[in-house]
Amino acid sequence: MSMKSSTRQVDGVTIVDLSGRITLGEGSIILRDTIRDLIGKGNKKILLNLGDVNYIDSSGIGELVSAFTTVRNQGGDLKLLNLTKKVHDLLQITKLYTVFDVKEDEAAAVKSFS
Amino acid sequence: MSRNRVSFTLDSTLDTVNSAEATASEMATQAGFADEDVMKIAMAVREAAVNAVLHGNAYDPGKKVTLDFERTGSELVIRIRDQGKGIDLKNIPDPLAPENLLKTSGRGIFLIRSFMDEVEINPSTAGTEIKLVKHVHGPAAGG
Repeated sequence: MSMKSSTRQVDGVTIVDLSGRITLGEGSIILRDTIRDLIGKGNKKILLNLGDVNYIDSSGIGELVSAFTTVRNQGGDLKLLNLTKKVHDLLQITKLYTVFDVKEDEAAAVKSFS
Repeated sequence: MSRNRVSFTLDSTLDTVNSAEATASEMATQAGFADEDVMKIAMAVREAAVNAVLHGNAYDPGKKVTLDFERTGSELVIRIRDQGKGIDLKNIPDPLAPENLLKTSGRGIFLIRSFMDEVEINPSTAGTEIKLVKHVHGPAAGG
């Protein structure tokens, strides 16, 4: 299954709902293009909802890191929401869990940007 | 002890990466691994295939990737070979080092080592072979 991405605005925060696989190729490219598009439009508060992301490989992890640093370098902030166990475990073993600001509740996550 | 061995020779494409992952998942399931181990094996094979296609063969249409799955009663042994220049083992950075945490690449071999019981990387000027071993635990181990 390839990846799908859709965005919505909640109280000034752009929530990106991702589903499928973030892997080398299409999945990573969609995520990269989505972040570039949002930054280009001035959206700098970004919440990546990974609740329906069932698989991520090292390229996908790299793309998440790239998204994080890209947004930070533009003076914005990028947080992660609703990690599946697989993604949670991957971020743990790669020591990235503490790098990312990971949230479990959407409303609280949106508030945390203000 | 049952023994099954299958080999594939594949092009240096992204399709090969997906195919390797799917085959590994199928072989691991047949070997009796639990779902979590199946996922780990499939992911390790995917990462190794990515390295072979991208870093080894550099998408060269004239170079092939060879996948070899061998199932014994007690373990699944997977070998992935490319026809590249051979990886330099001295130059594999530690992705957990603070200075590397925010790098966007360099986690593949680390993940492979995390997910498999044994990993051997054998580079040569004719290419790199990576051997992955996962031991079957539980009732399937006797099969």
